[in-house]
Amino acid sequence: MSTTKLSNTDLCQLFREFIAAEYVISDAETMRPYECDGLAMYCEMPIAVLLPETVEQLQQVLQICHRYSIPVVARGAGTGLCAGAMPDAAGVVLSLAKFDQIIAIDPQSRIAVLQPGVRNLAISEAALEHGLYYAPDPSSQIACTIGGNVAENSGGVHCLKYGLTVHNVLSVEMLTVAGELLCLGSDGLDSCGFDLLALINGSEGLLGIITQIKVKLLPIPERAQVVMAAFDSIQQAGDSVGAIIAAGMIPAGLEMMDSHAISAAEDFAQAGYPRDATALLLCEVDGTHEEVQENIERVESIFQNLGATSVKTSQSEAERALLWKGRKSAFPAIGRISPDYYCMDGTIPRGQLAYVLNKMQEMSQHYGLRVANVFHAGDGNLHPLILFDANIPGEFAKVEEFGGKILELCVEVGGCITGEHGVGAEKMRQMPVQFSALELLQFAAIKTAFDPGGTLNPGKGIPTLRWCQEYRSIELQKVANHG
Amino acid sequence: MADIIAALINQVEQAYQSQQPLEIVGGASKKFIGRQPVGEALNTAEHCGIISYEPVELVITARAGTRISELTAVLAENNQMLAFEPPCFSSSTTIGGTLACNQSGPARPWAGSIRDHVLGVRLINGRAEHLKFGGQVMKNVAGYDVSRLQAGAMGTLGVITEISLKVMPKPAAVATLVWEMPADEAIVLMSELSATAKPISAACWCQGKLYVRLSGTSSAVEATKKQWARAVKEDGDFFWQQLRDQQLAFFNRAAPLWRFSINPAAQIPRLDARSIIDWGGALRWYQGTEQQQDMEQLAGQAHGQVSLFAGGERKAEVLHSTPAPLRGIQKKLKESFDPKGILNPGRLYSWM
Repeated sequence: MSTTKLSNTDLCQLFREFIAAEYVISDAETMRPYECDGLAMYCEMPIAVLLPETVEQLQQVLQICHRYSIPVVARGAGTGLCAGAMPDAAGVVLSLAKFDQIIAIDPQSRIAVLQPGVRNLAISEAALEHGLYYAPDPSSQIACTIGGNVAENSGGVHCLKYGLTVHNVLSVEMLTVAGELLCLGSDGLDSCGFDLLALINGSEGLLGIITQIKVKLLPIPERAQVVMAAFDSIQQAGDSVGAIIAAGMIPAGLEMMDSHAISAAEDFAQAGYPRDATALLLCEVDGTHEEVQENIERVESIFQNLGATSVKTSQSEAERALLWKGRKSAFPAIGRISPDYYCMDGTIPRGQLAYVLNKMQEMSQHYGLRVANVFHAGDGNLHPLILFDANIPGEFAKVEEFGGKILELCVEVGGCITGEHGVGAEKMRQMPVQFSALELLQFAAIKTAFDPGGTLNPGKGIPTLRWCQEYRSIELQKVANHG
Repeated sequence: MADIIAALINQVEQAYQSQQPLEIVGGASKKFIGRQPVGEALNTAEHCGIISYEPVELVITARAGTRISELTAVLAENNQMLAFEPPCFSSSTTIGGTLACNQSGPARPWAGSIRDHVLGVRLINGRAEHLKFGGQVMKNVAGYDVSRLQAGAMGTLGVITEISLKVMPKPAAVATLVWEMPADEAIVLMSELSATAKPISAACWCQGKLYVRLSGTSSAVEATKKQWARAVKEDGDFFWQQLRDQQLAFFNRAAPLWRFSINPAAQIPRLDARSIIDWGGALRWYQGTEQQQDMEQLAGQAHGQVSLFAGGERKAEVLHSTPAPLRGIQKKLKESFDPKGILNPGRLYSWM
């Protein structure tokens, strides 16, 4: 490591020696689109945005940044929702956008070999001719990349049955902070030694830069159908979810929406959602023809017995797609009924749903802010959307406080602060709510094992001990002032 | 059922102070895995009992010393199961040891491994700190996934004290079909069958026969049986249990037992016909006195790894060799959990 400081111009000049000049971006106007990810409230301008095209170039970038202790923030499609890809003012953004090749689809082994910048949906599109697909399907799957999915351990609406990204990745090639190439995992289902793959999935760009990924492909189910059921109360809808699980079924997807989300989604997608419902459930059953036939009947009868006001089952692929369209476009739909919205991502034990939603309603009144709820009911992952207007001064600070309280509530009932969006820069303040100081120290020690200088995506994911102490003293001061 | 956490922490604390290596022992059913243990015994078997079980949440939490047999029995009362089919090499097998050794049975390619089902752990690290990672919910991406990292670490990163696991409903119907064919054809057929959306839950070739298990709704299992029109193995459940627990005659331990974890479609002509080919091709068991280096070369060609699972020289390396940069990271990671190297030193590798 060098103690000499480089000027920003000299640094960019160094990069231009091996990266095409147009891919070393350092003017404010061209860098602007990179100042934030999907969480636009958090933004920052970097020294430069780099778009290398080869692993060797990536390696050189890392070596230079390592030598001069320059922060490196990896970026895929920038669809993340936790400011995990927000630039560092003293660092570079390392875009993996040029690494967009599907290297191979192997139908015999059912494995896809991918560069990190391949879009999630493109994997399933490429595997289609072999009757295969890639299971994890975050709502952003049209745009988000597999590299970003690994970094965030992304989920989607089919997690309960098919798992998260970590369950579907076989191996990863990555560069260490010093630019050394590591291969984690293999084509087999496990590897000798520490399971570093488990650490890399969800590590938010803090441990290394991913250069290649192998994922498992699954056979496309013979048939899939969705049952939509409307309820007069959240409690009834929640009980119905429990009853399906208790009956021994694991639906491919099980989603719940509250009345705000239902009407916004219906306005947006005209999916045929009943506007007068208090809660709506979408339950997808997949498998063989016989299995789906059998389970659809069981699901319908559970919904009817537990007081559904209407039950409708998709009779064609078009109808199934339409029912999902409403759910998958719930976020943009909410965007139309409010100037801005802030999406939270806590997970709770399903049995606590009614309690948590009631509490949230109380907080909503307290803060004078509306909340719409979209819920991966099968796996307990809650997405409260706080509606607000960013043009009102001080409004976002209030929203953030409200959001933080929701996450603390999730931890209080035995859940966690993030189910699939990640911690990023956004949820650092809630990390000490979920973890003790010693646990945070252990995380910091893991980080140091990979990145002793702390230059990979600094200020994200894992609070440093110093950060925790500072934050705690500010909070104590607040209590003292209020006390 | 007992909580001896204070005693466990105390023993690790003492060991930390005196730099005394500890050998973590649960049910002692997998003592033969890994390199020869050294150190003073730290017994976790007494730290046992189910702490909570919510069938509707699909989650069970138990102390590490809880026996698999107890978990299985309690889950069965609610028609649920551990879908990764934990092997029981003896009746004393515990859930802690199963996670530490990352042991999963024939259902693994379809249902996932114990690593895939673990939701959270509590562990005592090498500084005698009792820490909690993950939780009891299906999705949790806050912080690094320290829970899954314990799978296969063989206790070298921490003494696992408590585990939360995802549980699954038992299938309504199960049937095992049989094909008679040589190993090379079976590997091809397993890949073809695995690419169909049929309710397969296990596929294994063994001594001239391919066994495929179907699990799911009665209608799906019946329809697939009819479509594939193969002989049904009447004592199928017994076969899979014997395979899972290594009680088949093949596992007579007359020679060292090698475990290949490789690309499922790979052919290893030199070994396949004399192997058991499980996990739809992705796991192969072979007994023989070959050199580790030769075995590693074969595993590498099959895009996977090999370990000397049982028998042979247990003071030498037993796991597939690690390239230098990866070795460096593993050592540093070990130090981050266990700076004085007191937890199961040398159990995974001589150099760690």
